[in-house]
Amino acid sequence: MELLLQTLVSGFLKGGLYALIGIGMTLIMGVMGIINLAHGQLMMVSMYITYSLFALFGVDPYVSLAVSVPAIFILGVAIQKFFLNPLMKIDTILPENQVLMTVGIGMALTEIMRFIFTSDYKSIQTSYSKTTLLMGNISFSLPLLIDFFIAVILTGALFYFLKHTDTGRSIRATAQDRDAAILMGVNAERITSITFGLGAGLVAAAGTMLMPVFYLFPDIGGPFTRKAFVICILGGLGSSVGAIFGGITLGLVEAFGATYIGMEFADMIGLIIFFLVLLVLPGGLKRITGM
Amino acid sequence: MLKVEGVDLRYGDMPALWDVSFEVHKGEILVLLGANGAGKSTIIKTLSGILRPSRGSITFNNIRLDTEPAHEVICHGLVHVPEGRRLFPEMTVEENLIMGSMAPEAKKKREETIEWVYSLFPRLRERKNQLANTLSGGEQQMAAVGRGLMGLPKILMLDEPSLGLSPLLARDIFKIIQLVNKRGVTVLLVEQNVKYSLSICDRAYVLENGRIVLSGTGEELARNEHVKEAYLGV
Ligand SMILES: Nc1ncnc2c1ncn2[C@@H]1O[C@H](COP(=O)(O)OP(=O)(O)OP(=O)(O)O)[C@@H](O)[C@H]1O
Ligand SMILES: [Mg+2]
Repeated sequence: MELLLQTLVSGFLKGGLYALIGIGMTLIMGVMGIINLAHGQLMMVSMYITYSLFALFGVDPYVSLAVSVPAIFILGVAIQKFFLNPLMKIDTILPENQVLMTVGIGMALTEIMRFIFTSDYKSIQTSYSKTTLLMGNISFSLPLLIDFFIAVILTGALFYFLKHTDTGRSIRATAQDRDAAILMGVNAERITSITFGLGAGLVAAAGTMLMPVFYLFPDIGGPFTRKAFVICILGGLGSSVGAIFGGITLGLVEAFGATYIGMEFADMIGLIIFFLVLLVLPGGLKRITGM
Repeated sequence: MLKVEGVDLRYGDMPALWDVSFEVHKGEILVLLGANGAGKSTIIKTLSGILRPSRGSITFNNIRLDTEPAHEVICHGLVHVPEGRRLFPEMTVEENLIMGSMAPEAKKKREETIEWVYSLFPRLRERKNQLANTLSGGEQQMAAVGRGLMGLPKILMLDEPSLGLSPLLARDIFKIIQLVNKRGVTVLLVEQNVKYSLSICDRAYVLENGRIVLSGTGEELARNEHVKEAYLGV
């Protein structure tokens, strides 16, 4: 019983970060209609920013959010503007080419980071990396608890933004009917860039917040891109509320897999779920709202 | 007020408009008639910048529109209510109306305009928190016209606003269009309901295979033998 509860708690906390990763991917998918296969690589770059700030200046990872998130936001906007948008304008090119472009961008980011930081494993040891809080016999990792809390705040802020600001409404409108949005005076290209930046910023936040408890090497992007993809499929493509469920589900599944089947199978179980969802539940956990 | 001169348009290699020229005068209701596939929607989409002419020009109060980015056309007061409504399906009625007022001038008067739209369509006020994709066809059309009005149009371009509505509801929509026109909004209307639209319009153009073949006042065209035969079925 204790083990069960403990597993539930760890899975849920990790799920909060996964939700952030998934919402980022899903936002981009909604507006651009493509899967961003550089998603995990953007996260990896954010992790290196956090690592560097810590290693060089001793900046606390949570403080470095203030640098990594805006930096990756700008990187995302630039990628969209200079690499993806030009492809959209040429109508003889298939939309698939944009997806291929994201693969290329992901590889380029990985190799650039390898060039700067080599392939060595890096990690950050903070005073609180291994701190846990006990509630009864259940332990809560302090950094994961903080991560979860921040993830909830960021998600809440994002939803408020999407629902109650003109830019947020324009993002949703563009995702739902791009031409109609343009007729309303929405600059769809600008909205697309902002959305890519937002999605990148969210995954950057997740990456930075993972640093106190995780390790880092250049190829870590790929597995996280896959996870993001699994989360989106679970949640129903393009639905941000779905991505929250998808993220929590994946967190739980991985935790249960690691506890009851074996640590080394955690990633594989995620992929098995992915196939199962595609086969059995192709709509994912279904859209619940229009977000 | 709006001048279209010698416009050609092609979809890839397929020409869809040939040397289309016409004018919209301030304050009038102008109707575009034509069979399915004649190019009516194509003309409206070209005016609103979604499609680009391969030749010719479009000017509105002496401003070239065909070279403007599509999203800026609405800022000049040219508002397009598209065929098939094209509401944002997973946004509420009120959010859809708000989306109609993204242009800077319209944004300033948003609160005021939304009250006006609700007074024109009390039904929309009742349904304001309902998602657009759960509205009935008639309500969707009201929302689409309402959303167009939110942009404070100088010219309101309506592409088949009565499509799929009962005659009674269609009549209601036309009444509102006339009311809006009385308030000084110029109307460019594309309609299948030829008889009725000729009766409420000031002037009309007839489009066949991407060319303008006839023009005149509503009465003139209603009496025209070709129009009678081809569009009125008499
Ligand atoms: N995206 C497109 N690609 C290629 N051809 C198109 C496209 N859109 C329209 N066409 C063609 O252009 C012609 C004019 O179409 P348009 O939609 O303007 O007709 P319409 O007069 O609005 O007809 P309806 O009354 O059925 O709405 C048609 O022959 C149509 O097949
Ligand atoms: Mg049409």
